[in-house]
Amino acid sequence: MSSSFRFLRFLLPLVVFLAIAGFLLKGLWLDPREIPSPLIDKPAPEFRLESLEDSSRQIDRKDMLGKVWLLNAWASWCVACREEHPLLVQFSRSATVPIVGLNYKDTRVDGMRWLAQFGNPYVASLFDENGRVGIDFGVYAVPETFVIDKLGVVRFKQIGPVTPEVLQEKILPLIQRLNA
Amino acid sequence: MIPEIGNFALMVATAVALVLGTLPIVGAARGNVRWMSLARPGARVLFLLVVVASSCLVASFVHDDFSDLYVATNSTHALPLAYKLAAFWGGHEGSMLLWLLILSFWMFAVSVFSTHLPREMVARILGVMGLVALGFLLFIILTSDPFDRVLPAAAEGNDLNPLLQDPGMVVHPPMLYMGYVGFSVAFAFAIAALLGGNLDATWARWSRPWTTVAWTFLTIGICMGSAWAYYTLGWGGWWFWDPVENASFMPWLAGTALMHSLAVTEKRGGFKVWTVLLAIFAFSLSLLGTFLVRSGVLTSVHAFASDPRRGVFILLFLATVIGGSLALFAWRAPKVGLGERFEMISRESLLLTNNVLFLAAAACVLLGTLYPLILDALGLGKISVGPPYFDTVFVPLLAPALFLMGIGPLARWRKASLPEIAARLKWAFAVAVICAVAVPLVEGRWSILVAAGVLLAAWIFGTSLLNLWSRIRPGEGGRMGAKLASLPRGYLGMLVAHTGVAVFIVGVTLVKGYEVEKDVRMDVGDTVAIGPYTAKFVGTSEGSGPNYQYLRGQFDILRAERLVRAMYPEKRQFSAKSEPMTDAAIAPGITGDLYVSLGEPVSQSAWVVRVYYKPFIDWIWGGCLLMAAGGALALSDRRYRLAQRRATADEAAGAGAASRA
Repeated sequence: MSSSFRFLRFLLPLVVFLAIAGFLLKGLWLDPREIPSPLIDKPAPEFRLESLEDSSRQIDRKDMLGKVWLLNAWASWCVACREEHPLLVQFSRSATVPIVGLNYKDTRVDGMRWLAQFGNPYVASLFDENGRVGIDFGVYAVPETFVIDKLGVVRFKQIGPVTPEVLQEKILPLIQRLNA
Repeated sequence: MIPEIGNFALMVATAVALVLGTLPIVGAARGNVRWMSLARPGARVLFLLVVVASSCLVASFVHDDFSDLYVATNSTHALPLAYKLAAFWGGHEGSMLLWLLILSFWMFAVSVFSTHLPREMVARILGVMGLVALGFLLFIILTSDPFDRVLPAAAEGNDLNPLLQDPGMVVHPPMLYMGYVGFSVAFAFAIAALLGGNLDATWARWSRPWTTVAWTFLTIGICMGSAWAYYTLGWGGWWFWDPVENASFMPWLAGTALMHSLAVTEKRGGFKVWTVLLAIFAFSLSLLGTFLVRSGVLTSVHAFASDPRRGVFILLFLATVIGGSLALFAWRAPKVGLGERFEMISRESLLLTNNVLFLAAAACVLLGTLYPLILDALGLGKISVGPPYFDTVFVPLLAPALFLMGIGPLARWRKASLPEIAARLKWAFAVAVICAVAVPLVEGRWSILVAAGVLLAAWIFGTSLLNLWSRIRPGEGGRMGAKLASLPRGYLGMLVAHTGVAVFIVGVTLVKGYEVEKDVRMDVGDTVAIGPYTAKFVGTSEGSGPNYQYLRGQFDILRAERLVRAMYPEKRQFSAKSEPMTDAAIAPGITGDLYVSLGEPVSQSAWVVRVYYKPFIDWIWGGCLLMAAGGALALSDRRYRLAQRRATADEAAGAGAASRA
């Protein structure tokens, strides 16, 4: 009896470690920075910005009312944006809903060159040079993607690159519902 | 071409590590001498291959080879050469390669300085380390290859994170990793001893210098990280209890306990189970720290959340190494006998208390670090655990350990007498109490915290001095100088390290108790009084460094109407996309730092300025460096050199420089 008890005592560190490992495993699929956006189900912030390609053209929040659309914050200096970009280009060809780019803290030359090189999935890109609109949207790193409904209400926010899974399982069904 | 050579070297190294991790261990179990003798050459070849791979990465950085994805992500043409070299460990892939490089360096060191060890032991130690290296090699090759190409090559790189473009950051990670990874040697010794079933005083004697050297590096590494946070983050803080810091602090706590436990095992044959467990813990916490930092479970960067592959791999590796060794511990440790008996009051019991308190402290840090994750995993919401928790839990745990630190070195082994100790230490205690009352009175503001801190610091300092005095007191057995010269370096190292702790406590206590922090809006010409000084905002100017633009403020510091010095804090903008970096201006001094940093501009010429007076803050790092110096002094103890010389004398020729181990 006492010897098996003694054995258990030596097993204790292993048991504690396995418990910790279990939590760590679970933790891998959680994102500590994924703080639910306070914007969800709230009207998208007002904005009025020049277009990236054409400084004489202004784009306003009101221009997008009446349709479901995606807002994708990107920048030429963002490596992760490159990762999601082919998916966005492909998505734009299917033309389900328009994607508006938010060119975040970038320069016109760099941004346009980047689009020329990797393809342009956007109906237009807002040129947010000093990141003011980005701040209103709560963008703290690019890429981030918002789904905005016909009334201009934010319905979904993806932090980090859009993956095929997120697109298939979350964004597309949501768009269908919103368009129904 | 060069990245391909690097990649190839890593693949060959994987094969070597596979051989190294299997044959010598099996050979040791079966008594196969030829298999066992593969260990040394295997470790050396592995080291060579990893050096080749690392050199390839360095060459790619120096040549601005932006077809290498890792180089393109972490460098630019304009980056100064020193930072191109430091960019090696500026990102995930390179950090892992650095880990591996240092691990293989330690293996090389073991292969050189192990001539006095039995063949089985060497085979097992290097075999275990080979297995760890195998895990890291697979991780690098499968998920984090620094030699991945991006074709066509990028025209310009994405620059090294500006936070890391700092002299401190060039040296900090290698130091930290030398410590982290250095515990792998003590770990391998422990596993080898468990496998071989020979946990005795000799095993402890062999492990001791390796543990001390790793601990010394880790101490320096943590110290530099803290100093870096102080002068680059612009908030004047020196420790934030953030997960990345905790990741390095936990192995330090376990390592500190291990060092003391090893002393008991070597001198008295006791605490064997403790020592083995602590050796496993110290390295496990190093691995866990790597996992926490690298997998993104606590400090996620976007890419990780969508790609948990790396995290899964490290976790599996972690489970294998830690789970495996703890299982081995559960299986083998019950058969390890106890050491000699000791009484309630004895140096052993004091060191045992030290083990328990340090381990409890490490557990508290671990709990605080993982708590947000655990709650999140259980779906109980998102919280963050900050300094209030750590301060509340940590101080009461370590305060008794610090008090016992004064008594431990003076207590006798096996059985000590409390009245005798009390008689020897009464003056030290009296002096400590006087200091504890006097310092807050002199500073002009009473605070329990300051009094307690000063009490502990003076107590440790006083008892260390008494301890030294008792050894060199003039009288029989020679003169003072001669006695001092004949004291073992290990003993002196202990005194120096303990004094370092006292110095550290003084710094922490006085900064916490008496720092003055003023965050003020200042226009050109405005002044602010701070401590004994007055700071006057003279104006700002602009200019450019090698790869950044800066805006520099000028502050004239006056004392009693006289100009003492000018200070120039900067805001540095490395590129359009990055946040501006704060470069605080610090006027350091033994009794306190004056710290000025620019916050945000509030109008054309006005700024939010942070002007801090930090009394005795440099004592914090000074204390850490003294602790490290103590470790280095202990390492130079002649018994290690003697052991080495005796062993090398047996060998025909060769490793003459070995005595520096």
